[in-house]
Amino acid sequence: MASSVTTPPRSGLFRDGFDLGRLLLEGRAFFALIAIIVVFSFLSPYYFSVSNFLIMSSHVAIYGILAIGMLLVILNGGIDLSVGSTLGLAGVVAGFLMQGVTLNALGVVLYPPIWVVVLLVCALGAFVGMINGILIARFKVPAFVATLGVMYVARGFALLMTNGLTYNNLGGKAELGNTGFDWLGFNRLAGIPIGVVVLVVLALIGSLVLNRSAFGRWLYSTGGNERAAELSGVPVKKVQVAVYMLSGICAAIAGLILSSQLTSAGPTAGTSYELTAIAAVVIGGAALTGGRGNIRGTLLGAFVIGFLSDGLVIIGISSYWQTVFTGAVIVLAVLLNAVQYRRRVKKTTETDGPSASLQPTGKGLTANATHGKIAS
Amino acid sequence: MTPSPATPPASDDAVLSARNIAKSYGNVHALKGVNFDIHRGKVTTLFGENGAGKSTLMKILSGVVTPTSGDIVLDGEVVQFSSASDARDCGISIIHQELSLAPNLSVRDNIFMGREIRTATGVDFAEEARQARALMADLEEDIDPMTLVEDLRLGQQQIVEIARALSVDSRILIMDEPTSALSATEVEVLFKVIRDLTSRGVSIVYISHHLEEALQITDYAVVLRDGAMTANAEAKDIDLEWIVRNMVGENFDLGSPPTGYAFGETALSIENVSVTDASGSGYSVVDRLSLEVKAGEIVCIYGLMGAGRTELLEAVAGRMPLSGGRVIVEGDDITRLSIAQRIDRGLVLVPEDRQRDGLVQTMSVGQNLSLASIASFTSRMLMSRSGEQAVVNEAIRKVHIKTDGGSAAIGSLSGGNQQKVVIGKMLATNPRVILLDEPSRGIDIGAKAEVFRLLSERAAKGLAVVFSTSEVAECLSIAHRVVVMRRGKISAQFGANVSKEEIMAASGEAVHL
Repeated sequence: MASSVTTPPRSGLFRDGFDLGRLLLEGRAFFALIAIIVVFSFLSPYYFSVSNFLIMSSHVAIYGILAIGMLLVILNGGIDLSVGSTLGLAGVVAGFLMQGVTLNALGVVLYPPIWVVVLLVCALGAFVGMINGILIARFKVPAFVATLGVMYVARGFALLMTNGLTYNNLGGKAELGNTGFDWLGFNRLAGIPIGVVVLVVLALIGSLVLNRSAFGRWLYSTGGNERAAELSGVPVKKVQVAVYMLSGICAAIAGLILSSQLTSAGPTAGTSYELTAIAAVVIGGAALTGGRGNIRGTLLGAFVIGFLSDGLVIIGISSYWQTVFTGAVIVLAVLLNAVQYRRRVKKTTETDGPSASLQPTGKGLTANATHGKIAS
Repeated sequence: MTPSPATPPASDDAVLSARNIAKSYGNVHALKGVNFDIHRGKVTTLFGENGAGKSTLMKILSGVVTPTSGDIVLDGEVVQFSSASDARDCGISIIHQELSLAPNLSVRDNIFMGREIRTATGVDFAEEARQARALMADLEEDIDPMTLVEDLRLGQQQIVEIARALSVDSRILIMDEPTSALSATEVEVLFKVIRDLTSRGVSIVYISHHLEEALQITDYAVVLRDGAMTANAEAKDIDLEWIVRNMVGENFDLGSPPTGYAFGETALSIENVSVTDASGSGYSVVDRLSLEVKAGEIVCIYGLMGAGRTELLEAVAGRMPLSGGRVIVEGDDITRLSIAQRIDRGLVLVPEDRQRDGLVQTMSVGQNLSLASIASFTSRMLMSRSGEQAVVNEAIRKVHIKTDGGSAAIGSLSGGNQQKVVIGKMLATNPRVILLDEPSRGIDIGAKAEVFRLLSERAAKGLAVVFSTSEVAECLSIAHRVVVMRRGKISAQFGANVSKEEIMAASGEAVHL
């Protein structure tokens, strides 16, 4: 064959050696988490215990759930700044529904049961996300600007609904059949807080969707190259709207759990949480340009941030220092991302050989269900 | 047209020489001890397929890459470049194949980017504009220096790139595929500029996949194959056949139209299609064009840059909106359908720019190949891994991609294999009609022949094939029919036995080059 001379002989052998640098780089979030746990276990006798891990994990659950939604958006090449506000609005709306909805025309007060509240709040999250998605996909508003606007609008509505006050009574009444809101924040399944269970379930669903569903492949391809995806018949606009809706739903779920944990729903809840979620995704190795990233990394990122800030609280370091440390970790993570992707590019162009040999197709993007579990 | 008349061999000394240059990346030997000379005031052309080592060699000569072993000899002295600016300081500049312009800046600002003419009070914009205007006049291009680069068409952008390299007074100018986006007239002007430069003693290193064109301008030919130099001669002693033979190591042609079967029903019918220019000028880039293609037929659309080929194919595929007319595939009007629905009906497009529109760089070869046919291995919401592997394996086998099971990164493939991935991806959807926009762009002659053979095999099985090209030689390969486009209209149609001159005349191209 004419062009066979052009292709250098390739084998996957020479890159299979044990490369400590690469291992540390690619598993950096995991090693960072181990390092954080080891260091704080030395510094404080209270850190290394199952009960403390469970408490910290239930804090992580909020960020983790937001980060899963954020990952989908970032894989698409977008950004969602509205999730923190959506979280706050979701809590307030849940609180509002718990107080009873007065229908003046009928002269009745409706007390929806908890499952209805949960569904309505999730629908609200999806609706907010849909507004984001339509602005971005149909009207070509840059994601940063569209979600920034929605962030303000959602926060504004949350403040308007309560006049800036907080719903403190989320207990419901047994005779009205709307008790049980505290279940999300306080109950445990086999000793594990419900928030963490929800996080794990969402992570498993997310991994399945990303790795095994056509939607997942569409998402990776639109994030990697929207034009190529479109010409291959991928419904790029629908995918775009869908990821913002999913992100909105994740924010709503996080809002429910947070207000249940706090037993109150305040309109300012979740302020700046969108940035924490973005940080978790980035620490987890996803590229802000889209197309690269997975659930496992994102969860690790969320745990790194959560375990670090709780650890600093436990050893009694000022919260101002916490802010400094968190910022440093984020910058370091992005720095390492840049190093990793530069190495990858170099590798593929220099050797002119396959960079991920010996793997069957479809497993290149590695987040999968079992890995999701390790993190929790 | 013959190569420029032989100038006296008095100036025949080497200004820059590569001595046993070798470059290895791990176990891969990109260059295996190459020796060659760049002659003072002459054009030296490097021929070779993709992956032969041309680009690596040029990167070494321009200081971007350091060789594993061997020396670079400049004016009799061994030099070592540790960076591109080292090389530039020695008077070596390079025009890269990929454009490196800032689209948001004006032509003037691009030409002087990083080398602004400074005065005590700031930048001397007037002087820059004057010099830019003079460069454009040299290149016979009517571009105002204040035009934004993004408002220029691709060919003009390439002219700006060339102007930028010319604006630095270099002794050695390396041109990597400078003509890939130029029209015949622009190529002619570029060649005039090159001759002017050489007469002033500038040495040119020229790289092109367009062999005939390169043969017209070059004084010396150097052929690389598989990282080694296989041949080296003066242009007056050689011909096209010699180059091809040394490049690929055997004789072959681009094929002939497949025969021995009857065409089927009309597969694609384009009726009075018009497309308005995307920039909003209201000008019709495709003007009430009609074309019918039968199942099994191969139609070649030839035209210059700006003739409307790309716009026509993209509009038919659903990428650009039609401003009038209808598109019918196997009797169904698909004018209002989305791209995905058109793929379902059997109409697919292989785009012109495979990096920008064809491939998802973040995904593996296999995931790229299966992207357009995910539905075929998805049931109950989940993709079947074995189903996908089967699709990928079949595609790799059918289009002869040199890779393992498909898990390699897409960037690790050569240009020709990447193009085969794009074609294989679309063929995996089992189309009835395939449109290919410049399928041979930037791929080597061996891969080109393979792509054409693949298309004629599929045509013989009833696939309707429409491909566009800007190389006349390709019209005379596998096409049953040659359609020439000029200013958005079909200016002529020919059978397979047309001559090059007839095609070029119909396209408005100067026959004498």
